[in-house]
Amino acid sequence: MTYLAKPKFHHPSIEVNEIGLTHRDYEGSISTLCAGCGHDSISSAIMHACFELNLPPHRVAKLSGIGCSSKTPTYFLGGAHGFNSVHGRMPSVLTGANAANRELIYLGVSGDGDSASIGFGQFAHSIRRGVNMVYIVANNGVYGLTKGQFSATSDKGAKSKKGAVNTDSPIDLVAMALQLGATFVARSFSGDKDQLVPLIRAAIEHKGPAFIDCISPCVAFNNHDGSTKSFDYVRAHNEAVNTLDFVTERAPITTSYAPGTMQEVKLHDGSSIRLRKIGAGYDVHDRVAAMTYIQSRGAKGEIVTGLIYLENDPGDMHDHLGTVSTPLNQLGDAELVPGQAALDKINASLR
Amino acid sequence: MSIHSVNDFVVRFANINGSGSASANQMFARAIIRMGVPVATRNIFPSNIQGLPTWYEVRVTAEGWQGARGGVDLVVAMNPQTFDKDVASIEPGGYLFYDSSRTIPSSKFRQDITVIGVPLTEICNREYTDSRQRQLFKNIICVGALAALLDMDVTVIEQLLSEQFASKEKLIAANHKALAIGHSWAKHNLSCPIGLTVQRLDAVGDKIYVEGNNAAALGAVYGGATVCAWYPLTPSTSLVEAFGSHTRKLRQEPQTGHKRYALIQAEDELASIGMVVGAAWNGARAFTATSGPGISLMQEFLGLAYYAEIPAVIFNIQRGGPSTGMPTRTQQADLLACAYASHGDTKHVMLFPRDPNEAFSFGAEAFDLADRLQTPVFVMLDLDIGMNHMLVKPFTWDDSRRLDRGKVMTYEDLEGGKLFGRYLDVDGDGIPYRTYPGVHPSKGSYFTRGSSHDSMARYTEEGGPIAENVVRLLKKFDTARTLVPGPVIEPAARPTRLGVIHFGSTGPAMDEAARLLAAAGVDVDVCRVRGFPFSEAVIDFIGAHDQVFVVEQNRDAQLRSLLMIEHGIDPAKLTPVLYFEGPPITARFIAAAITDLVAGAPAARKEKALS
Repeated sequence: MTYLAKPKFHHPSIEVNEIGLTHRDYEGSISTLCAGCGHDSISSAIMHACFELNLPPHRVAKLSGIGCSSKTPTYFLGGAHGFNSVHGRMPSVLTGANAANRELIYLGVSGDGDSASIGFGQFAHSIRRGVNMVYIVANNGVYGLTKGQFSATSDKGAKSKKGAVNTDSPIDLVAMALQLGATFVARSFSGDKDQLVPLIRAAIEHKGPAFIDCISPCVAFNNHDGSTKSFDYVRAHNEAVNTLDFVTERAPITTSYAPGTMQEVKLHDGSSIRLRKIGAGYDVHDRVAAMTYIQSRGAKGEIVTGLIYLENDPGDMHDHLGTVSTPLNQLGDAELVPGQAALDKINASLR
Repeated sequence: MSIHSVNDFVVRFANINGSGSASANQMFARAIIRMGVPVATRNIFPSNIQGLPTWYEVRVTAEGWQGARGGVDLVVAMNPQTFDKDVASIEPGGYLFYDSSRTIPSSKFRQDITVIGVPLTEICNREYTDSRQRQLFKNIICVGALAALLDMDVTVIEQLLSEQFASKEKLIAANHKALAIGHSWAKHNLSCPIGLTVQRLDAVGDKIYVEGNNAAALGAVYGGATVCAWYPLTPSTSLVEAFGSHTRKLRQEPQTGHKRYALIQAEDELASIGMVVGAAWNGARAFTATSGPGISLMQEFLGLAYYAEIPAVIFNIQRGGPSTGMPTRTQQADLLACAYASHGDTKHVMLFPRDPNEAFSFGAEAFDLADRLQTPVFVMLDLDIGMNHMLVKPFTWDDSRRLDRGKVMTYEDLEGGKLFGRYLDVDGDGIPYRTYPGVHPSKGSYFTRGSSHDSMARYTEEGGPIAENVVRLLKKFDTARTLVPGPVIEPAARPTRLGVIHFGSTGPAMDEAARLLAAAGVDVDVCRVRGFPFSEAVIDFIGAHDQVFVVEQNRDAQLRSLLMIEHGIDPAKLTPVLYFEGPPITARFIAAAITDLVAGAPAARKEKALS
């Protein structure tokens, strides 16, 4: 209910970022999701990451499909244009928007029903196409708005709130994203803000399709015993491969790392992140190894989280298409309309 | 009695697709145009790549009629599969040209036609050893023989061959040789010319010979389109291919060679229209090209674009329906599917170009209209005008014209304190203002959604504001009525109470039908509808007549239905004249149907099938 505006006054000593904005400036309207919903933590992590990156909110375009997760863009970055499109079709709308103006930051928010079922094709093809975007799936394994049906990411054997057992194989969107050529692939947990905020930050900095599967328990329909997407279950089975520390000129990192446990990764804008490895010998640049790793851990019932794969300088859809650097929506008549002289030549060639 | 005619007859080539006949046949047609004689040409082809029957029809027409006439005067029968049917299709007194290398029993021929045998295969086998050469040059030898039979200027064909192979010197001589072989064989062995001849004329003028899909694509370039998202679908594919080829020449940044456009092949039609909606929401001019099955798949997004008020241009190259239907045949049967696309109360703007010239101008105009009205605009071509070359007026562009981006609030507008409400009717025409994403740090952002919203783009479940908003959309549709191209009305020579309404590709056949009707003493005023919603002038036209024939290429009289639904017109007043067999409607069919109806006879629904 976007008409419930929050009061804008704040304490004079509240923290301000480099462009003079406070955390409050990154908020949207009040969430109408259930109290305790994991999705609100994702919204909060997005706001936090944008604040830390000193992003002007209006330079972000936030797009979503349909479902609980897709409602969330209303609840963050009120200064940004938003587009709540149709079920499962956010990726195509985002792709078109990106084609029109390559200079904005595109944040797509979707859910497991939206991306793994009705929109599975669009999810796949937007990633294949190399669209420069952050694609976050708030994954709770269940249809919330229609009250508790299994989704396609529900694990086989998982139990619904009403006691039904899921017999269908699950889709692992991280495995799919790796196979489809996503150049930034991460998984996180809405209950782990320390891990999620730097991942979103790095995903925004990344140029190319950045996919984050964020397990986000549904407190209303999927947080019970027998669920594999409940807070308790995820906490007990979470296996992080790394944690991220950002290195900027303003805030150099002084932490010392034990030999062999640190991997430095340069980002598109020249800054870098340092990955503190937890999984021994895990190389974030090895796509094939990453695919094997998540499969073998998954087989043991573990949920691998962290930055799972990253490709350096991958290029994006605009590079592939060879489009001009000026955003297409800013080209004027002179650049677009060839005029009568060109038409005369065409007419002559058709005689 | 053989048919004798100068510059007014129909030739039909019967071929096997994939045999390389298409370019030789087109050369034949172009040669006639170069002799100053207009032609109307049509491809009748299968949904297949190799091995099935295909026909190419050249109507030689001094008067320049661009519609299909119906009937064939000379068949060039090169396909044994369809030989019997092709022979049967010839008008009494007509001519049959066939490859006489193999003996064909005389029972296969007709007594009332002239049979002309040329041993094409035999000649080729004698002259060439390579099998591919035998096949390709056979087509040129055939054209050479026809040139002799029809008394055509063979130097014109030589010139066309030289132009076609300008970059391959060797091929020019080889093709000239093949042409000469055919020409001299016919001169020495046959009685030339036959009763059908082409004589130089000056009736082509500055006309251009072009397909509607190519023209519409050029219209999109001139209309400022920068994003095209599409999915391959016959018969729309060549429109996108033409856009690619035009933009490669016209839309490169000179310094870098980078593209001032994005051409994206989507995974399906849902994604292609989704990309168009996303791009247009973000301020680029965007379009897709598709056909009936694609329109069916796009319904949900079309409803979103209507309700969220996002411009989009959709070129619908209509083919035969329903379902997969006839991918390579023509119909005008998607009017209702487009006019009311998607669930809930929706209405969409449509434009009906009659030929490639209007496909260009409406193609460009559609982008201004879509931006001005902030809604999807359909450009309703069909296979007949989309995929066939037609001889039309040259394209023109007014260099002082500027792209009309419609009501867009800029940074300066917002900074200057203008009130922004995304769905607020400020000007009383039902059209609100919009902003592009990223325009201003603190003003002008809004949330776009397909769920119910009020004039300030806020989600609401309050009945009053929701109803107010959708009633405003009706007002906007009324504004559209004044912006779409109005009808073209051709009055009869004498005052009459009879009218005809038609649209789109029926135009060329209808022009000729009006002449036939006048000659038969049936006076009709003719109104060609060019846009939906209907202009007042269309309704006035109906009001001014006692009986109005509505001529359409579909089964269900869809334009007639739209007139009844939108304007409450008495069905008894609107008499349907319908043709929907797949080939394009002909002047002969229209004239016969209307003559019968006027005489009180039941409508003639069928004529002899063209293929």
